[in-house]
Amino acid sequence: MKPFTYERATSPAEAAAAAARRPGAKFIAGGTNLLDLMKLQIETPAHLIDVNGLALDKLEPTPEGGLRIGALVRNTDLAADQRVRRDYGVLSRALLAGASGQLRNKATTAGNLLQRTRCPYFYDTNQPCNKRQPGSGCSALGGFSRQLAVVGHSEACIATNPSDMAVALRALDAVVETVKPDGTTRGIPIAEFHRLPGDTPHIETALEPGEFITAVTLPPPAGGRHVYRKVRDRASYAFALVSVAAVVQRDGTGRVALGGVAHRPWRVEAAEAEVPRGARAAMAAILANARPTHENAFKVTLAERALHAVLAEARG
Amino acid sequence: MKLFFTVNGERRDLELDTRTTLLDALREHLHLTGSKKGCDHGQCGACTVMVGGRRINACLTLAVMHQGDEITTIEGLGSPDKLHPMQAAFVKHDGYQCGYCTPGQICSSVAVLEEIKAGIPSHVTADLNARPGLTADEIRERMSGNICRCGAYSNIVDAITEVAEQQA
Repeated sequence: MKPFTYERATSPAEAAAAAARRPGAKFIAGGTNLLDLMKLQIETPAHLIDVNGLALDKLEPTPEGGLRIGALVRNTDLAADQRVRRDYGVLSRALLAGASGQLRNKATTAGNLLQRTRCPYFYDTNQPCNKRQPGSGCSALGGFSRQLAVVGHSEACIATNPSDMAVALRALDAVVETVKPDGTTRGIPIAEFHRLPGDTPHIETALEPGEFITAVTLPPPAGGRHVYRKVRDRASYAFALVSVAAVVQRDGTGRVALGGVAHRPWRVEAAEAEVPRGARAAMAAILANARPTHENAFKVTLAERALHAVLAEARG
Repeated sequence: MKLFFTVNGERRDLELDTRTTLLDALREHLHLTGSKKGCDHGQCGACTVMVGGRRINACLTLAVMHQGDEITTIEGLGSPDKLHPMQAAFVKHDGYQCGYCTPGQICSSVAVLEEIKAGIPSHVTADLNARPGLTADEIRERMSGNICRCGAYSNIVDAITEVAEQQA
């Protein structure tokens, strides 16, 4: 690891201000992704702001009947919370499908949202990568692309977002609450939080420099059957080839978000009118603009079949 | 940077480079070499220790982030003349071959039984709103963050199952 200085934040607003003051500063919470990347010198922050002491580890009801999840609620605690298990089952299921018990004990809600891609070329510092080194090129386009994006990608980047949690949050219409360095706060709808790569794949979220996530808010429960289905190369402890987060109502209507196929959780609200007609029609609409590589074209078929299984489970 | 934490019930004061991981602090500075460095990237589980009663990968956290924390390593669970029940069960069931992953496997196993007891669900728990059971499927899923290159998995599951039954 490159040397860095270290401080412990005393309040969210102060953390944001400290990050804006120090170029090259990063927040650290669970650290399970950041430290991995620092050891490989993919991330080289000059300064770490430890936010673990901020009391942002509570889950509390909102006045609207939803749930406010503190930024530092650990993945284990979020998945195990009785309200989440009862009212937002797709979120529990997505969290439990990700990582290992040890990692979920450490990883936080905000950190999970900010984790970086596992594209092998992003991880290999000997290879060009527009995300790691803007302007250097994309090795994945003509390379090993089996794991990578089939939709929403660009000539600059075909990386996928690795998070399971974010896919469920997208299906649940979550809102990301933040504080900026000047102390102002805002709520960013999850649909606008993660960006498509375009020609700036190194800019992954809507966050401004120094802006700090304080919570993720869920709207009142949507009811329906909650299903998260993850297809991967191992039965446990592997990233998704394709995952489906769905909330399906009794009348057959529903919301569907996909993981493992794009640079952000992939949801097309306009396509959801097709959900009652079944997986083939729905997935044709959801992945209408898919442009897979020859190595990952299977993901389009896999997504349709995964959705078929999800809809069958939701009906059953 | 100066810091202290409690390891296996004893307060330890250290002065460390900010880059020192908890694992390196335990192994290189406190000479508690039971916790192992396998991949050093959170993928293998050989470094598993308990912090505040919860299992984590000691390689993926900085020592400076644990000021005042209570840490339990394999050395704190048992000793050669006074084995922890999980250690005894691993010996009885041959839950290892080379033994390198074993301290992490045992720390993880002890935590897994606590997690099931606390009602924390897993990926294979059929009903999210019911208490998870003590089945081999549950144990395998919950232990998936601990890799054993010798492939002693079936004996590890036997060892954990025996301890779980003793506790039940």
